[in-house]
Amino acid sequence: MSQSTVNSIRDIEAYSEDKASPLAGVNSLQIEGVSKTFADGGRIVEALRPVDLSIAAGEFVCLLGPSGCGKSTLLNIVAGLDKPSSGKITANGKAVHGPSTDRILLFQEAALFPWLDVQRNVEFGLQQAGVPAKRRKEIAHHFIETVNLKGFERSYPHQLSGGMKQRAAIARALAIDPAILLMDEPFGALDAFTRDHLQDEVESIWAATHKTILFVTHNVREAVALGDRVIVFAPRPGRVIRDFRIDLPRSRSLEDHKLVDKAAEILDALKSEMQLQEQEQKNGSTIH
Amino acid sequence: MAAPSISVSKQRPRTQWIGKLIRQLLFYVLLILLWQGLTALHIWKDYLFPGPLDVWTSLKGFIQDGSLLIAITVSLRRLLMGYIISLVLGLILGLLIGSNRYVEETLGSLVLGLQALPSVCWIPIALLWFGLHEQAMIFVVVMGALFSITLGVDAGIKNTPPVYIKAARNMGSRGLALSLQVILPAALPSILTGLKQGWTFAWRSLMAAELIYITVSLGGLLEGGRDLGDISQVFAIMIVLVIIGVIIDATIFAPLERTVRKRWGLSH
Ligand SMILES: Nc1ncnc2c1ncn2[C@@H]1O[C@H](COP(=O)(O)OP(=O)(O)OP(=O)(O)O)[C@@H](O)[C@H]1O
Ligand SMILES: [Mg+2]
Repeated sequence: MSQSTVNSIRDIEAYSEDKASPLAGVNSLQIEGVSKTFADGGRIVEALRPVDLSIAAGEFVCLLGPSGCGKSTLLNIVAGLDKPSSGKITANGKAVHGPSTDRILLFQEAALFPWLDVQRNVEFGLQQAGVPAKRRKEIAHHFIETVNLKGFERSYPHQLSGGMKQRAAIARALAIDPAILLMDEPFGALDAFTRDHLQDEVESIWAATHKTILFVTHNVREAVALGDRVIVFAPRPGRVIRDFRIDLPRSRSLEDHKLVDKAAEILDALKSEMQLQEQEQKNGSTIH
Repeated sequence: MAAPSISVSKQRPRTQWIGKLIRQLLFYVLLILLWQGLTALHIWKDYLFPGPLDVWTSLKGFIQDGSLLIAITVSLRRLLMGYIISLVLGLILGLLIGSNRYVEETLGSLVLGLQALPSVCWIPIALLWFGLHEQAMIFVVVMGALFSITLGVDAGIKNTPPVYIKAARNMGSRGLALSLQVILPAALPSILTGLKQGWTFAWRSLMAAELIYITVSLGGLLEGGRDLGDISQVFAIMIVLVIIGVIIDATIFAPLERTVRKRWGLSH
């Protein structure tokens, strides 16, 4: 971890002192029987079988699974940007009916607004909330420092590297101070080096801010390195198959053999589940 | 999103920019020499094909007696006023059509039909409604630009990457703020295309209208040349029209387009 990260974490602690989560220990997110079926031009796609999950405030939960198993679908529903076909979501004690600034979704492609510079991107959510310009500037300044983007306030997204874009997107989300951060493969498009670095940063931001984080990834080791829990999804139809608790002490090294073992265990569980499924499909097709 | 690391920079160093200017200058000098050569051969009659010197004399006359400046002012004022009106109306119409399915089905189809109509077709209506009057000219300009701008805004809104709207809604943006602060800027590249097309249509229809409604204006001077059988005058004014077109494109639309395309990540 770089010195500046350490400094800025101290800043966040100072910043969030007055608003330390009053919900600590309480369930932050309750997902009950949430499913999603898409009717795609006559074809019915069961994107997500009913899911039940309960996530404690301040928990770091990784959603892991191969492509097409409904991870993004679930995250979009939790964000309130998509409606579930069935089931109910409760966030911070309130039923979810639409998007809200207490649940912010971060996208794989960062989704910064290209017509705004970094400063104004980070201020965007505050501006929507009617925060006065001066206060907005201070908060944005603070979080731009937190993600180590100082000096790039006036840069436009097209002038930033992929990693810097994700940093800016994280600052934009943090500025809104949501209780829950939903991260949909935010580092999927980055090189391994940048990815490692940003994982560290996210972990320290999480440790300092006590936010609840749902973090989608394809990468088993990334999931084990970051998560308090790793929820494993399987595709066709999308569903949750296992819920692993990771008790390894932090901060975890990707080379630590305990971490590697745990990752292997999770991968095995996923593989055997998929083999079982293939077997069933074969049997099914011979019967018919 | 494309990996920026492997993109080849297309930005030219300063020396290449000067090189381009020199090549262009050379081309036009050669063109004028060729023109002079052709006139010297007397293939066509002088009153059908003037030489560059005759055209220059004619042009110099208009510059000296001030009529060219007045004509340019009159025509550009009409263009500007009409264009501003169609810009405002086009933004409103485009936003309505782009954001409401019912407006699209009804008004949208009408705009699509009117856009296909050559804008010169508005001249008879303009003259009947407003008479030989300034309003008629402005009306023609508005009709020339309006539908292109409207469709540009509409297309831009429809092509707004959904991820921007999702992110904005998630951050608490809705209603008018969402439209003005997210959807409209996201649509800017496409709106610019509409603006540019709108300007060419407006410029063409204005010239057509000015040929009919003779006042001191660029179109008026052009038609005046025909009345007098003065081919040098016709050539001179046409050259002025070309130059104005090039200047407006080079000083307004080209830089705007370059900045927007670059910033929106559509080019490097
Ligand atoms: N709007 C939609 N219409 C129809 N089908 C959809 C839609 N969105 C998602 N799906 C389908 O739902 C399933 C789950 O998609 P989802 O994007 O949630 O997967 P994912 O786990 O995020 O995959 P990835 O890891 O590749 O991002 C897929 O089979 C996909 O084809
Ligand atoms: Mg996904």
